[in-house]
Amino acid sequence: MNDTVISAKNLSLTFETNDGPVHALKDINLDINKGDFVSFIGPSGCGKTTFLRCMADLEQPTAGEISVNGVSPTEARKSRAYGYVFQHAGLYPWRTIGGNIRLPLEIMGIGRAEQDKSVQEVLELVHLEGFENKFPWQLSGGMQQRASIARALAFQADILLMDEPFGALDEIVRDHLNEQLLELWARTNKTIGFVTHSIPEAVYLSTKIVVMSPRPGRIHDVIESTLPKERPLDIRDSPEFIEIAHRVRDGLRAGHGDD
Amino acid sequence: MRNIGPILTVVAAIFVLWYAGAVALNASWAYDKAKRANVEITFSEMVADTMNQKKPKLPAPHQVGREIWKTTGEMVVKGRAFSKRSLIYHSWITLSATLLGFAMGTALGVSLSVGIVYNRTMDMSVMPWVIASQTIPILAIAPMIIVVLNAIGISGLLPKAVISMYLSFFPVVVGMVKGLRSPDHMMVDQMKTWSAGKGQEFWKLRLPSSMPFLFPSLKVAMAASLVGAIVGELPTGAVAGLGARLLAGSYYGQTIQIWSALITAAALAAALVAIIGVIQKVVLKRMGMA
Repeated sequence: MNDTVISAKNLSLTFETNDGPVHALKDINLDINKGDFVSFIGPSGCGKTTFLRCMADLEQPTAGEISVNGVSPTEARKSRAYGYVFQHAGLYPWRTIGGNIRLPLEIMGIGRAEQDKSVQEVLELVHLEGFENKFPWQLSGGMQQRASIARALAFQADILLMDEPFGALDEIVRDHLNEQLLELWARTNKTIGFVTHSIPEAVYLSTKIVVMSPRPGRIHDVIESTLPKERPLDIRDSPEFIEIAHRVRDGLRAGHGDD
Repeated sequence: MRNIGPILTVVAAIFVLWYAGAVALNASWAYDKAKRANVEITFSEMVADTMNQKKPKLPAPHQVGREIWKTTGEMVVKGRAFSKRSLIYHSWITLSATLLGFAMGTALGVSLSVGIVYNRTMDMSVMPWVIASQTIPILAIAPMIIVVLNAIGISGLLPKAVISMYLSFFPVVVGMVKGLRSPDHMMVDQMKTWSAGKGQEFWKLRLPSSMPFLFPSLKVAMAASLVGAIVGELPTGAVAGLGARLLAGSYYGQTIQIWSALITAAALAAALVAIIGVIQKVVLKRMGMA
């Protein structure tokens, strides 16, 4: 059985701007397997978000191929193959937390009873039980982002794409959410693509770390993590963790050599 | 209750200025009358006279108040609330045209804004026309509308409502285009990741997002609508309505009648705008946005 979920071959994306072409992605080759937790790390402008958006059919590559679940990103999007979490929670202020999680389900035409069941399930997954009838402004930033993750999980997509979901949160909340995300990943066995610019976050979460470099955006290094699947927060003090972090940092520095 | 102090202060200031203005503007007529009668009048006699002239340049507030009471409350007491001499009757005539024009203007404004937001051709072409339409003085175009519609057999309420619509659709278009475009890129992308259709995007994202923009536009539109209805009543020959009262008043120099119609129109506008304010509060509160 072929368990490659996302596959990019010679993928390139060039934006035509008034100042000439910008090579956001150049010759990207990458396979993501089922159940992988893949982090994309790199300085701004390295194309990590653009790559994620290509997987989600939010950007169209100008050359090369990309497949999601064996089909094109457009088909994958239409068959609701992935949940996407943006940097900001983007909850609708006029809907309660429950109403927000229900939103994609309503759009997909899922019945009311089924909706209620899914909402309860995912609220429990992100530890927000009892907040169903609260409005977004009544929740802290971290809780809002958890609600946003719950919404991306609500329609049972096997792939979860996350674009710097914790970027706007403080360190303590971030640690906490990282821990919870790992727990969630272990329970649901989803394939996760995760964009970040924090080295500890990337190393702590991932089975595979993709280090990218800018101008043109390309993959500099792919690091398979040797850390065990079970990861308490203090694993970050282990020599193994520090070694991987070191390799990531070296990769980032080398990719940035020209400026 | 904290607001009541400042409000009363402003109202009191307006009354003081109004009375002072009445004395200043009506004084010459009081002196003229005295001169013709060959009597000397003192300052306090002059002031007393300016308060109670039959055709003052600026009627005093109590004269306007008395006139409004005579043409509203008293008519109700006499059971003739809808007689042609009653301001209630005339207000109703104007109000009905205002409300119909407001409804038509809101519908037109919302439809145009949806077209502008969803259709590129309309986006490029409609807005300049919308703006141009508002640069034409309504006083110039109102008689044309009345005449043209009359020529095809439409008269009465509808031509006035059309003029109201002409004025009131504008703020709705401007506000709703802004409102329907208020969701950021991320929220639109989010809809796309759920494979939402255009209709779902409209009903679930764009329309709710536009609510905070809709109500302020509606308030402006309502006020404009009332102006439109009054202007629409002028070229029809002053048959009925607050506009007719204004016109008739000016024909016969009945300043008290003019001012009471003006004040009634202002009160009507204030009440209508206040009603929209209440609806706004309730809707936004229920949406968790206020």
